[in-house]
Amino acid sequence: MAKHNIPEVKANWEATEGMWGMSIDMDVCTGCQACVAACAMENNISFVGEEDAGYGRSLHWMRIEHTWQGEYPEVTPTSFEPVLCQQCGNAPCEPVCPVFASVHSKSEDLNLQVYNRCVGTRYCANNCPYVARVFNMRDYDRPDPLSNQLNPDVTVRRRGIMEKCTFCIQRIHKGQDQAKSEGRDVLDGEVVPACAQACPADAIVFGRIDDPESKVSLLAKSGRGIQLFEELGTLPRVTYLKEEKTYGRTG
Amino acid sequence: MAVLANSAPHQHSQANSAEHDHEAHLREEHLMLDPRPRGEMNAMVMESMLVTSWKFWVVAVALAAVVAYCLGYYWYRMIAEGLGIAGVNRPVYWGIFLVNTVFWIGISHAGTFVSALLRVFKAEFRRPFTRAAELMTTFGLVQAGLSIFMHMGRIWLAYWLFPYPNERGLWPNFHSPLSWDFLAINTYLLSSTMYLFLPLIPDLAMARDRSTGWRKVLYRTLALGFRGTEGEWTHLRFAMNLFAFAILPVMFSVHTIVSWDFAAAMRPGWSSTIFGPYFVVGALQSGLSAVAMVIIVVRATMKNMKYFIRPEHLDAIGKLMLIISMAWAYFFFNDYLVQWYNGDKWTDILLKFHEEGPIGWMWYAMLILNVALPWLTLWNKNIRRNPTILFIIGFLINVAMWFERYIIIPTSLSINRFPFTYQFYKPGVEIPLSIGTVALFVLLYMLASRIIPLVPVWEVQEGQMAHSLRKFGKESIVTVSDLE
Repeated sequence: MAKHNIPEVKANWEATEGMWGMSIDMDVCTGCQACVAACAMENNISFVGEEDAGYGRSLHWMRIEHTWQGEYPEVTPTSFEPVLCQQCGNAPCEPVCPVFASVHSKSEDLNLQVYNRCVGTRYCANNCPYVARVFNMRDYDRPDPLSNQLNPDVTVRRRGIMEKCTFCIQRIHKGQDQAKSEGRDVLDGEVVPACAQACPADAIVFGRIDDPESKVSLLAKSGRGIQLFEELGTLPRVTYLKEEKTYGRTG
Repeated sequence: MAVLANSAPHQHSQANSAEHDHEAHLREEHLMLDPRPRGEMNAMVMESMLVTSWKFWVVAVALAAVVAYCLGYYWYRMIAEGLGIAGVNRPVYWGIFLVNTVFWIGISHAGTFVSALLRVFKAEFRRPFTRAAELMTTFGLVQAGLSIFMHMGRIWLAYWLFPYPNERGLWPNFHSPLSWDFLAINTYLLSSTMYLFLPLIPDLAMARDRSTGWRKVLYRTLALGFRGTEGEWTHLRFAMNLFAFAILPVMFSVHTIVSWDFAAAMRPGWSSTIFGPYFVVGALQSGLSAVAMVIIVVRATMKNMKYFIRPEHLDAIGKLMLIISMAWAYFFFNDYLVQWYNGDKWTDILLKFHEEGPIGWMWYAMLILNVALPWLTLWNKNIRRNPTILFIIGFLINVAMWFERYIIIPTSLSINRFPFTYQFYKPGVEIPLSIGTVALFVLLYMLASRIIPLVPVWEVQEGQMAHSLRKFGKESIVTVSDLE
């Protein structure tokens, strides 16, 4: 009989410092949504149409949050805040999936969604404090020219499946394979996810957070770093850079 | 009780006619003191199954049409097109399907509660309606199961939730509350079906001896050759007692585990430690009201049922409803208090949203119908004994309990820690599918009432015998507890 390896979700991952991480500079983000568009192109994200998107069914793996705060007439906009899956080290979405579709990968230390295994109970999405997960409500059309731009490295998802940001794991693998074939380690900045590549302000930086010399680690330690809902104990791998360490602009 | 409960008429003089009136009144009042000969009672129950008017078939065909259209057609469309035609969105990923699941599990709760708990405590008034309540459990669980499957994105892969052997060595995730839920509901369905079947065996044997044709074959098969010997009765009583005790913890576990689906999650408004008992009491609240509704309908529509189900039974259920309503109010307050008291910002926003949001009326309706309505009416004996009014109260309590689950699931999901993603929920095909499950429940119950004796005749006869025997004062008195 095969040996069943059921991961002890909490115990195993709690202490790891993580491998891949991201930092997002909210002070330079202009809210141009280029990252959202690039992400959709790279990861074969379906377009749901105006009506469904207005009803909160858009499938984007990233969203640029922008809200207003204060009492009228003293209202100020908050800074733009790109929110994506935080690739939690201790992810609330993982233990609640009844079929192991939401799992933690040991080799990349990322939180992955196994599309083939997903049965669509949507519990993971309810338990995600970052509302980072999106669900394929229908099989969406790809009218003809669009069907030619599908990324062959990424699975096209059908209806009834949960999906979310993967940190462009196909690019991570490509970078690792390249480095392996050349007999070296992956260089800092060699792997760039689509959102970071598209960002005109270079607000998004991606790299190894277990390497203290990498750009992303230095930025996280720069004193401006905050993590979303740190107090929940999810160990997010995304650090937001913001002066004054507050959510949103204060003055 | 010094009552002569003999079926033979008595000689009496003018002087003790007041006593006679009193006796006649007790007879009319209490089923246990109004015995009829066994053969007559058996014939009455057989008649209630066999006499089917044309109205029954009209209603049955209409319900079947509703089931085919609302459940069959829309579910087919939803499987073929995806959940887009339902109302779920981000962040309201769980909608009315899960509301219905919790609701139907709650309904199914009381069947076993009435039957097992009252059997364990030897409450005499349970005797004529245990079967009706147990059937409600089974068919309620069917609706709950269907609602879970409707809710799934890829229903055709639902078997992956089963721990079945497969070549890849893949198991369901036992960390997930949904896996616990799946196992708990299956356990409950199996055990409650067995618990329905065991007390049914003597009645099936009774029916076997009094029927012909396909019914004879059916009852002969199901009665498992029961002949009524002392040894068979001993075994049957032992098994029933065992099940009555064993099923009580199962019943409590099921709804507690259902509540863990919410309580274990990391959400404001859901991660409440009191959810377990709160859900159990809520289930009893809706379930008991449903029992009241079912036996009122059975009494009004089926032949000979007015003899078996009397105002005293409605009275007893009405009292239970009042007590459970008080317990529910306490647990609601408890749940609200501990959430409000901890002062978490997001929970505060959520609680305010429940009361003042666009469907705040639902929150107030829940409180009025669940608390104010039973408290203001059910203390009154005349109201408890009036079938029409009790039916209306039961219906309104069930509506309120459905609202309660609606507030817990879709309304709470509208609010999360990111105000940017707040979104309301507009039901889509959930509405026809909900109507379909209700219709299917009624249809299954109607069809079962043609095949299954809805009154446990042997249990009624046993109770009546035990009460009648008390009159032989100096002889050894057989009591109900001796019989069990």
